Amino acid sequence: MAVLLVLLGILVLVVIWLVGMYNSLVGLRNQVKNAWAQIDVQLKRRHDLIPNLVETAKGYMQHERGTLESVTNARSKAMGADSVGDKAKAEGELSGAISRFMLVVENYPDLKANQNFLALQEELTSTENKIAFSRQAYNDQVLFYNNKIQMFPSSIIAGMFNFQQSDFFELEDKGDREAPKVDFSQK
Amino acid sequence: MWELIQQNRRKSLVLFFLMGCCLVLLGYLLGASYLGPNGGMIGISLALIIWLILSLISFFAGDSIVLGISGAQEITPDIHPQLFNVVEEMKIAASLPAMPKVYIIDSAAPNAFATGRKPETCAIAVTAGLLARLNRDELQGVVAHETSHVVNRDVLFMTFAGIMLGSIVLISEVFLRGLWYSGGSSRRYRSSSDRGGGQGAAIIAIVAIIFAILAPILAQLLYFAISRRREYLADASAVRLTRYPEGLASALAKIADSDEQLPRANKVTAPLYIVNPLKREGEKLSDWTSTHPPISERIKILRGMAQGAGYLDYQQSFSHVTGNATLIPASGLKDTAAVPVRIASSKSAVEPSEKSLKRGVGDLVRAMNGFLFLTCACGLKIKIPPDFKQSSLPCPRCRRELQVPTAELATVAVGIEAASTEATYVRKSDGWESFQCACGKNLQLSPAFKGSKIVCNSCGKSTTIVSSETK
Repeated sequence: MAVLLVLLGILVLVVIWLVGMYNSLVGLRNQVKNAWAQIDVQLKRRHDLIPNLVETAKGYMQHERGTLESVTNARSKAMGADSVGDKAKAEGELSGAISRFMLVVENYPDLKANQNFLALQEELTSTENKIAFSRQAYNDQVLFYNNKIQMFPSSIIAGMFNFQQSDFFELEDKGDREAPKVDFSQK
Repeated sequence: MWELIQQNRRKSLVLFFLMGCCLVLLGYLLGASYLGPNGGMIGISLALIIWLILSLISFFAGDSIVLGISGAQEITPDIHPQLFNVVEEMKIAASLPAMPKVYIIDSAAPNAFATGRKPETCAIAVTAGLLARLNRDELQGVVAHETSHVVNRDVLFMTFAGIMLGSIVLISEVFLRGLWYSGGSSRRYRSSSDRGGGQGAAIIAIVAIIFAILAPILAQLLYFAISRRREYLADASAVRLTRYPEGLASALAKIADSDEQLPRANKVTAPLYIVNPLKREGEKLSDWTSTHPPISERIKILRGMAQGAGYLDYQQSFSHVTGNATLIPASGLKDTAAVPVRIASSKSAVEPSEKSLKRGVGDLVRAMNGFLFLTCACGLKIKIPPDFKQSSLPCPRCRRELQVPTAELATVAVGIEAASTEATYVRKSDGWESFQCACGKNLQLSPAFKGSKIVCNSCGKSTTIVSSETK
C-alpha cells in the first residue's frame, strides 16, 4: 500500500513537472512572437513619421528634392512590400534613405533650428533605435527559446509537442545581399 | 542573460543568508545577556519581528518612500521627449513587460536611480542636472544601467538587504546605548544577584557587547560587497543592451567631473543611485566601505571593451583592469558568441558650457512647473510663469510686442450627453501652445505632444486635445 502511494506521489510530481515545463515553453514561444510583433509596431511607426518629416523639411530644402523623394519612395515601397524578404529589403533601403537624409540635414542650420523639426528628428532617431533594439530583443528571445528546446530535459517535451526552433533575424538570410550596405544590427 | 540573473541570485542569497545569521546571532546574544539563558529565543524573535515589520513597510511602500525622499516628480512625455524615448528604447531592448514610470529629480547634481520590486512596476528617476549634461548616447547608457538594475532584480534585493542591515544597526544601537546609560547600575545589580551562572552570564554579556559592536560593521561590509558587485553587473548588462560601451563610459566620466552634491540623498538611498551621491571619488582604501566601485575603474573597464559589447568582453576587461578573477560565471557567458559594438548616433559633439548647462537645468525645472517658453524673433527665449495673465508682453531685448499663446478658456464642450462635461481644446499649430484649464491654471502643449488628453495637475480635470488637422 505504502509503495503504491509513493509511486502515485512520484507520478503526480512528474505530471506537475511536465505541465510546468510545457507551460514555460509555450510562454517562451509567445514571447518570441511578441518580440516579432514589436518589430512590426516600430516599422509602422517609422512609416507614420516620414510624411510629417518630409513636409516640414520641404520648405527648407529646395535643392534636395532628390533626397526627399528617395525617402518618400522608399517608404511607399516598404509599405507595399508583401513577402518577408521583400519587406526586409525595402526597410533596409528606407533606413539607408533616412540616414542619407539625416546627413544632408546637417547642412541646413535653419532647418535644424526649427523646433518642430527637432522634435520630429528626435522621434525618428528614437524610432530607428527602437527598430534596432526590438530586433536585438527578438534575437535574444529566440536564442533563449532555441536553447531551451535543444537542451535536456526540456528537449523531451519540445520534441513530444513539436516545438519548432525560431529563426534569428539576420538580414543575410532574407535576400538582402544585394541591397546597399546598411546593417540593422549596427544602427 | 537569464543564467546570469540566476547565478546572481544564488550568490546574493549566500551573502543574504550570512547577514541573516548576523541578525539572528545578535538577537540571541542580546536576549541571553539581558534575560538570562532562556532569553535567547525571545531575543531572536524580537529581532525577526523588527526585521519583518521593516520589510513589510518597504515592500508595500518602499517605492513611494524612496521617490518621495529623493524629491522626484513624475513627468509626462512632453516635458522631456528624449528621456521618454530613451527609456522606451531600453524597455524594448530589455523586453520589459511594461513601460517604466519616468521621474525627474529637481537637482543640478547629475545622478539617476531606479526603483521597483518587479519589472512590471518599476520607475526610473534622473536628475535635471544629468539631462542637461549628457547627450543622447550617454543618457541611453545611464538609463540602460538603471534598467539593468530592474531586470537583474537588484532593486528588490538591495531593498531587502538594506532592511536587514537597518535592523541590525537599529538593534545593536539600541542595545549599546541602553548599556551606556544604564551601564553602571545594572552591572552592579547583576553581579551581586548572580549566584550559580555568574561566570557564564558575564561571558555572554561580554560576547554580546563585542558582537553588538561588530555586527553592524560586518553586515555593512557584506552589504557593500553585494552592492559593488551589482553595480559592475549592471554596467555589463547596460553595455549589452545598448551595444555601445562608450556611451556609459563618457556619461560616468561627466558625472565624475561634476562637483555638485545631491542634497536629498542619504545613506539608505545611496546604493540605488548610478554613482554614489554622498562620497566623492576616493582613494583605494575606501573601496571596502563603499556602495559603489570607483568610477575611474568602471570607466576603465568600459573603455577596455575593445572587441565587442557582450558579457564576455566585459568579463575580460574586468579581470584585466581589477586583477580579479571572475565577475560573470561561465554559464552566463556562453550565449555571447559575438556582440558587435554599434556606432555612435550622429549628434553634435559640442559640450554644453557651464552657463548653458545651468540654463538647461533651469528650463527643465520650469517646464515641469508649467512655465511657457516663447522665442522672440530676435532670438531671445522668454520664460513665462504659469500665472501670467496678460495676453501680450514686450520683448525685453528688442521691445517687439509678443503675443502670449492665447491662454483662453478651454471651451467646455456642450456634449450631446450632459454627463460628459469634458473640456476640449483645439490646437492651432504644431508649436508650443497653452490654454487655460477650467480651474484657471494654464496648461501647455509642447510640439511633441501626441496624446488626446491632458490632465491638469492642479485640479485633476482632463481636457481633450483636438489637433487642428483632424478637425
